[in-house]
Amino acid sequence: MQSNALYAFFDEIGDITRFTGKFFIELFKSRFELKEFLRQCFYIGNKSFGLVAITAFIMGLVITIQSRPTLVEFGAEAWLPKMVSVSLIREIAPVITALICAGKIGSGIGAELGSMKVTEQIDAMDVSGTNPYKYLVVTRVMATTLMIPVLVTLADAISLYGAYLGANIRGIVSWDLFWSQVFDTIVYSDLFPSILKTYFFGFIIGIIGCYKGFNSKKGTEGVGQSANSAVVISSLLVFVIDLLAVQITDVLNLN
Amino acid sequence: MTTSITTNSIALNKNSAKPVIEIKNLYKSFSSNAVLIDFNFSLYPGENVVVLGKSGSGKSVLIKCIIGLMKPDKGSISVLDNEVPQLTSSQLDKLRVKVGFLFQSNALYDSMTVRENLEFPLRRHWFKTSQSEEDTLIIEALSNVGLTNTVDMMPAELSGGMRKRIALARTLILKPEIILYDEPTTGLDPITGKEISNLMNDIKKKYKTSSIIISHDINCVKIVADRIVMLIDGKCYAEGTLDELKNSIDSKVKQFFE
Repeated sequence: MQSNALYAFFDEIGDITRFTGKFFIELFKSRFELKEFLRQCFYIGNKSFGLVAITAFIMGLVITIQSRPTLVEFGAEAWLPKMVSVSLIREIAPVITALICAGKIGSGIGAELGSMKVTEQIDAMDVSGTNPYKYLVVTRVMATTLMIPVLVTLADAISLYGAYLGANIRGIVSWDLFWSQVFDTIVYSDLFPSILKTYFFGFIIGIIGCYKGFNSKKGTEGVGQSANSAVVISSLLVFVIDLLAVQITDVLNLN
Repeated sequence: MTTSITTNSIALNKNSAKPVIEIKNLYKSFSSNAVLIDFNFSLYPGENVVVLGKSGSGKSVLIKCIIGLMKPDKGSISVLDNEVPQLTSSQLDKLRVKVGFLFQSNALYDSMTVRENLEFPLRRHWFKTSQSEEDTLIIEALSNVGLTNTVDMMPAELSGGMRKRIALARTLILKPEIILYDEPTTGLDPITGKEISNLMNDIKKKYKTSSIIISHDINCVKIVADRIVMLIDGKCYAEGTLDELKNSIDSKVKQFFE
């Protein structure tokens, strides 16, 4: 029983690897589906922005409010903007945004493609002379890869604004002082790796959502399972990528 | 035991024309379950051939192999002189302009309007079609199925019969020489089923198409079939006209018409 589960696990890893390999092959083939790509960018970027913005704002606010008492205890209240901004930009905003996107976008892609698979719409596309992999997978994976860094950048800014408001609930920090402390603290080595890793987050959310949708089985039940497992696997892989990114930045002395 | 009934109409076609689809020794299995075993079949120009068989007998697999959606394990499938299993994807795309496929589930794109559903194959195959030409083709395809007023509707707003007609219009828009129908009347009430069957006959007359129809709806078979092929145990078990098969003494054949 255990060996079967292990076999299924490695079998799935092999399938995902092949699916990813096919993405790169199809990516460089001619006729890029620009219209569908832009439609997906709009859907993934614009339609997820509201949720990401609200979450980022609350994140910034809550982290600041919760960090304040500890810093006050050590007499380091003045460090609040510095500490919160580094935490938000390096780790919290990218990871939380990626997890929200894994939930909203990953499940959406998994369910949409899964539903198309079980209702033979993907076959119909094939019969219509459209490469469904290029039309559905390449466009969606490219859109998530390029839009999630944009969402994370916006989430960084909004969460810092939330942090500014959080800092002013119990204390008084002027607008100029807060932002000058933030910009004095944040350097390229904070920003660059944190944005770079979000491209990988976006890629993995897109590829897992598409893989699960494309391999959906067992009718409507299978569609639900595809959406669910797309979220679970992509969320897990977001943490794995984050761990790897931290190790790499540590080795490169960027921490 | 294999029953083979050769009708006069088949003999006439065999003498006068080359088959548009010719299948030889087709073998297809899923793991250890063989669904098509040495299947042989020919479709002649202007014919409507119904493939009859039980659920799970491999009828849909057969037409998916013909259109290149599935690869056979062994055997040859020649469609309009193209050996389908050996075609590259671009060659397959070119062939698919000439071969229409009506899916059992209609497979209309949920997120697109009727117009966009019909535009989709046009834009893929006929890159230089102008907007006015596209509109003309869309209206022509919709008027063939009697649904010109649905052009801006979403598939979810249509009834089952209307969806089937729109799917048929999408199949027709590229003016195919061959149409493959996968259970065209399944899930429809008898009246709508009859309308769809009559529509299939009208299409055959108007566009001079040759068709393979997968069905187990005897009412549909009565209306559309020039010839019937019985797919039993993975093989072409019997073939002939409706009357010939109805009068067969073979119990496996008879059970379909009782």
